Parts: sequence; structure tokens; C-alpha cells
Amino acid sequence: MAGERERDDITGTETTGHEWDGIKELDNPLPRWWLYIFYACIVASVIYWVLMPAWPLANSYTKGILDWSDRDNVAVEIQKLRGARAPMFARLAEASAADIAADPELQTFARAAGEAVFGDYCRTCHGAGGAGAPGYPVLADDVWIWGGSLSEIEHTLRVGVRADHPQTRFSQMPAFGRDGLLSPREVSDVTEYTISISAARTRLAPDAAAAGRGAAIYDAQCAICHGPSGAGDRSVGAPSLNDDLWLYGGSRDEIRRQIETGRAGVMPAWEARFDAGTLRALAYYVHEMGGGELDAAPAPTQSQAPPAAPE
Amino acid sequence: MNAEIGGRKAWGGDALAIFVIILLGAFYALWGAAHATDRAFAIQMWTALAAFVAGGVMLLFFIGAGPRADDSGKYANGVIKAGVIASMFWGVAGFLVGVIIAAQLAFPNILYFEDLGWTNFGRLRPLHTSAVIFAFGGNVLIATSFYVVQRTCRARLAGGLWPWFVFWGYQLVIVMAGTGYLLGITQGREYAELPWYTDIWLTIVWVAYLLVFLATIWRREEKHIYVANWFYLAFIVTIAMLHIVNNLAIPVSFASWFSYSAFAGVQDALTQWWYGHNAVGFFLTAGFLGLMYYFIPKQAERPVYSYRLSIIHFWALIFLYIWAGPHHLHYTALPQWAQTLGFTFSIILWMPSWGGMINGLMTLSGAWDKLRTDPVLRMMVVAVAFYGMSTFEGPVMSIRAVNSLSHYTDWTIGHVHSGALGWVGYISFGALYCLVPWLWKRKALFSNALVEWHFWLSTIGIVLYITSMWVAGVMQGLMWRAYNELGFLEYAFVESVEAMNPYYIIRALGGVLFLLGALVMAYNLWRTARGDAPAHERETDRPAQAAPVAAE
Repeated sequence: MAGERERDDITGTETTGHEWDGIKELDNPLPRWWLYIFYACIVASVIYWVLMPAWPLANSYTKGILDWSDRDNVAVEIQKLRGARAPMFARLAEASAADIAADPELQTFARAAGEAVFGDYCRTCHGAGGAGAPGYPVLADDVWIWGGSLSEIEHTLRVGVRADHPQTRFSQMPAFGRDGLLSPREVSDVTEYTISISAARTRLAPDAAAAGRGAAIYDAQCAICHGPSGAGDRSVGAPSLNDDLWLYGGSRDEIRRQIETGRAGVMPAWEARFDAGTLRALAYYVHEMGGGELDAAPAPTQSQAPPAAPE
Repeated sequence: MNAEIGGRKAWGGDALAIFVIILLGAFYALWGAAHATDRAFAIQMWTALAAFVAGGVMLLFFIGAGPRADDSGKYANGVIKAGVIASMFWGVAGFLVGVIIAAQLAFPNILYFEDLGWTNFGRLRPLHTSAVIFAFGGNVLIATSFYVVQRTCRARLAGGLWPWFVFWGYQLVIVMAGTGYLLGITQGREYAELPWYTDIWLTIVWVAYLLVFLATIWRREEKHIYVANWFYLAFIVTIAMLHIVNNLAIPVSFASWFSYSAFAGVQDALTQWWYGHNAVGFFLTAGFLGLMYYFIPKQAERPVYSYRLSIIHFWALIFLYIWAGPHHLHYTALPQWAQTLGFTFSIILWMPSWGGMINGLMTLSGAWDKLRTDPVLRMMVVAVAFYGMSTFEGPVMSIRAVNSLSHYTDWTIGHVHSGALGWVGYISFGALYCLVPWLWKRKALFSNALVEWHFWLSTIGIVLYITSMWVAGVMQGLMWRAYNELGFLEYAFVESVEAMNPYYIIRALGGVLFLLGALVMAYNLWRTARGDAPAHERETDRPAQAAPVAAE
């Protein structure tokens, strides 16, 4: 319907003379501001192409007259950051707990480095401030499964727990119920006995008769690791049963369930991931969270494996 | 089935061809269900089989009803009515899933169900995106394009039964996609999660759609092709190309949903974002611009502002959008030169995008007063304003320095939703508000007051959504890059997650308002279609002594 061009009454502009289902078109020119900004964007882009890497060629690309490379730049920046932190990390790698305690500057640095690493790698499981979660030990209290001195913590970090490392901390509690080592009745009895020797006895009121039957089972099955009185043994990673702190929960059912299933978590070995200074900082940060213990002996010598750079 | 289907005798080539397709589809579904290597695939195949059988039965009923009256002189409206209903249904469903996953992010502990894998965020999120983009948006585009192409070409929709095949075939894509996501079936490509067999089915449906559209333009009675149809055609053609290339893959077995992409590494990533960005460019921009070019001048009863602008911005948009994908991969393994091109073409794209906004807004010149009295027109004009805002924000975010702050943050989510809720949502709502009275032959909408309610509820919802996501996104970006004076990151990632909580709650609230608005709309459209009198024309609203003469 290419009709006659007509003039729109309201705007005074000519139409194109087309009409579709009652829709007409005005013949307005392109708005000037629109056109000029369009041109300006094109010009700015062409300038950017001249300056920066832009167009692909057969086997290469136009490098741009600034010879700019983000990849090179970021490598330089990372190098710069590492360089700035290196002297402090080097000092930290050589420092004992006492050295760090005596040096406020080193202390501040270790705390900052430890906090950053902990936030990205540890906090997901161990919680903010080391508050722990079921299956993930609390780090802010003074109960330690593998030892709470700076050197012991650092060793645990290095080798992990049940991790892919030749010297990893390793312990394995049998799944007494699931694997049929004890009958359900026996599991109940030993659960009552365990409660009776722990600080939970006031809270959970163990059945005296069942606990009595459980004592013999405990002596035969549990005492070898957890100790005759339930004091635990850090040398084999057996938690203390005397207190009222439970890795997998402290209700009667939860205690029973752990005897049944013998759950055992895994912590990665961090030795290959972090350099010695970072590991020391992380150990220091965890040590400081609440329950750090004094070192019995000087910090162990550094691992022989060349440490990887921190991410 | 509808009496308006098929202008020719019942046993036309169209019915036969569709019957063969249904038969082949049903045969494959049965074979697949029998040989399925996993339960999810078996469920998909049984679903497809049920759909094909239902389709076959519908077709047989239609054929069995005997020859139809020749209606070649009339517009095909039935398939458009079906599209309007489907749009509204999928829209509400998609918005609802959006609200659910927003609530999951705000209250992750309460709304996490360990034993119900299908309720996991990872499965519901693609359900939401696909439902709103492809189910809601796609149905709106198909329905409006069928409406617009007929009116602006003065020709009945071509292809006899084929438009119905397109409609029902597309619904099957949606059902297969949605149930598949809940079962855990995904290709892992954003906005292209469909497994290979659904991709193939969508390709068949889409080619049928293209042919119906082209054939209708071919038989037009108008000398020129109206601008809306350029945009619709660009949308259909380009989506076909994007869909096919991005989904090139090799299935591990014809009886399994799993497949390997034909591309690897950074080429795979670039292909995906070439697709992803142009799904935005051609599905959510070009397609809906086509819609705008018809419904705004129609509702405003004013001529389009500038024919020349529409030509220039159309071709500029089509040429430039296809380059912009790499801006989704700034500072990644993608070579820097490709990032440069993605960024600069996004900047050049700014004005071509705004050409559509200018043409939409300036069409109102001489009719601005209608914004006060016509909430439907107001909705569409606000849509164009949101379009202008998000097509400015997009180029800004594609600047590499800005992107280094905004990338991976909720700013991106806010940006997407200002475009999706504001532009795509509102322009679609406007079109549906127009179409229901037109198609069901009603004088007016049931209630303009309810449109006002819809408008204000959802506008407040959008504002809550995008402002909370801006704040959240900028905060995330700043927290992630903050170093302390000793050279260590100031915040752990999880601290930035914790900081998002209040904004996620505000966002979920915005989503609830938007959903409420859509429900008000669905009610209003239902009452309109049913033929209930517009509120201001009810008997009881008139003065008792009024003369029995219509006001006009």
C-alpha cells in the first residue's frame, strides 16, 4: 500500500507513504546526537584497536602500539606482591613459637597471613573462628586430637589427616555395629559405659546395669586406643572420652551412632600447596584461636620436599 | 482443536507430513525408553512418547472431523490464542520458580532438602531461566509474530496445520527441558542446557517456524515488509544458527542423554558465549523489538517516529551484536585480542540499541497524554525505558576495567533482570494486554484498575530487585579485590557470601511483588477473555436514570 506521502498533523512531519494495518511511518531524519555518538563510539574503538591487541591474523594478531598484555602484567603484579611478602615469610619459616611471641611485627604478619589462608581453605569446614561443625573439630577450644602445640598443629597441617601423604596422621575406629563386631545390645551397653566415664554422665544419666555390662566390652575393644579411663591418646589420634565434647555430636543417639559406624573424616595435606612460611602462619593462626598449647620441643625441621608457591 | 485450523481439505500434505514426524518421534521415544541406559533418560522418553501419542490423537480427531470450510480469507487466530494462554501460564510458572530460588539463596538452610535432589538450586535455576526466557518469552514471540505478520502482510498464516505443529512442538520442547532439568539432565551450557535429542527436536520445530513465517511474508499483499517483520525474521534466522552451532555434540549413545561438545577448552567457552550473548541479542532484543514496533504505534495510535532510524539501527544491531559475545570472557583464557573485539563492538552497539528506544519513545510524540489514562501503553513505554537503561548498562559492563569489578558478581544478575523484568517482561505484558481483547473480540480489558495494580506492584518489585543487586554486586566486587596493608586478601570468600544475605532477602521480596503482579494480570486477562464486562461498564455502575444510549 505504497500510498501518497502525507503530512502528520501533530508533528508536521511527512510520512513515508507506507501503511501497514493502520501503522504509518514518519520520515524523520536520524537524530544528530544519536549519529554523532555512534560515530564517536566507532572512532574510540578504532583508536583502541590501534593501541591494544585487537585483530586476528593468519598465525598471530595485531599487537597494538602499546604492546600491552594483561597476562604479562598480572604475572608482574603477582611477582611484586610475592616479593613484598617474601622477607616476612622467610623470617616466619625460621621462627619458633617463642620467636613469634617475642616479635610483634612477625606476630601481626603471621596472624594476617594465617587469617587469609584460613578463610579461603579451612573455614568452609572448621567454621568462622574455628567454631567447628559435626565431624569437623572445633579449633577454638583446648581439646586436640593430634596435639595442640604449634609444631604439632603445623605437622597435622603438613601431612593432613587420612590424606594422600605418606606420613599422614592416621587412625581408624572400627564400625563396631555396621561391621558386626558387636551386637546391637553390646553397642548399647558400651554406649552407656562410655557415657558413664564421660562428663556427659550428669546430663544423660547412663543406665548403671548396662554400663556395668559395657565395661568389659570397653576394656576389650576401646581401651587400647582411648585408654583404660577414656583419657584418649594423641599419639594415635584417639579423642578423649572423659570430657563432654564430641566430634560427631553428644546426644545418646549420636554417641551410639559413632560406635556403630566409626566415621572418620579427612583433612587434606597442605604441604604441597603452601610454602613453609605460609604453613607456619596458618599453624600460628590456629594455635592462637583459643587452645594453643606450649611446645614440648623446638619446631620440627622443614620438610625436604620443595614447597609450592602459595596461590 | 480449533475450527480455524487448516484452510484446506483435511488430508492435506501438511497433516500427512506432521503425522509422519509424530510417528517417527513416537517410534524413537519407544525405542529409547526400551533401551535407556539410565532411569532419567527412560522417563524423558516415556514423556516424549506420551506427548507424541497425544499429538497423534489430536491430529486424528482433526482429520476425522472431515473437510473444513475454506477460511483462507481470514486470519488464523486460534494458534495465537493458544500462544497467549501458554505465555501467561509459563510466565507465572517461571516467575514462581524464580521466587523459589531467590528464597533458597536468602534462606539456604531452611530451603535445602537433602533427600529431594530435584529441589536443589542447581536444578531449579535452569528451570527458572528456561521457563522465563524460552517458555514465556518464546511463546510471546511466536504468538505475537504470528499475529503481527498476518496483519502487516494482510495474509493468512501460511502452512495450514504447520503453525499448530510449531506451537505444540514448542510446548513439547519446554516440557522435555523442564522435566529433564529436574531429573538432573543438563549439557552444562548456560541457557542451552537441553540434551542433544531435545536440541534436535527444537531444530525441527524452529525450521517449521521459519518456513511458516517466510511463507506468510511471501504471500503478503503489501508491497513493503514492515519493520517489525524484519526484526522477527532476524530473530528466527539467527536463533536457528546459534542453536545449531552451539549445540554441536556427539551423544555417547542414542539411548542416553549424555553427549560431548564438538568444541573443547576456550573454543568451547567462546562458542557458548557467542551463543549466550546473542540469545540476549536476538531472542530477547531483536524479537521483542519486533513486538514493540507493532504494539506501541498500534496502542498509541501514532506513526512510527523515523523510518530511516529503523533501517539504520536494524542493520547496525544485526551486524554488531554477533561480535559482542567475548565480553563474557574478559580476563579468562580467551586471548586478549578477542576480548578487545568483544568489548569494542559492545561499545559501538550502544547507539544501534538506543535507536530502537528512540523510535519507541518518540512514537509517543503527540500522544504523551495517553500515559496518564492508558496503563497498558504506559507499561510498554516503561519497557522501552528499561530497554534503554540496560542497553546502556551492558556496554558499560563490557568495558574491561568495569568488568574486572562486576564480573561474577550479582551486578550481572541485576543487569540481566533490569532487561528481563523491565524490558522483556513489560513489553510482553503490554502486548498480551492488547491481544486478549483483540483476539477474543472484547471491547476493552476487564479492568484497567487491575492493570494499574499490576504496573505498580511489579514496578516496585523491579526497583527492589535491581537496586539490591547493584549494591550486592558492587559490594561483592569490592570485597573480593580488597587487600590489607600486609598484602593479604581482606575478606574470605565466605564473608562476601554472608554479606549478601540482606540483599538476597530484598531481591526475593522484589520477585514476590513481580509474581503477584503477574497473577493479577492472569486474573484480569481471564475475566477479559471470558467476556466479563469492563468494570466501568457494569450495570450497577451506571446512574439509575441514565439514558439507554451509549456514551459514544
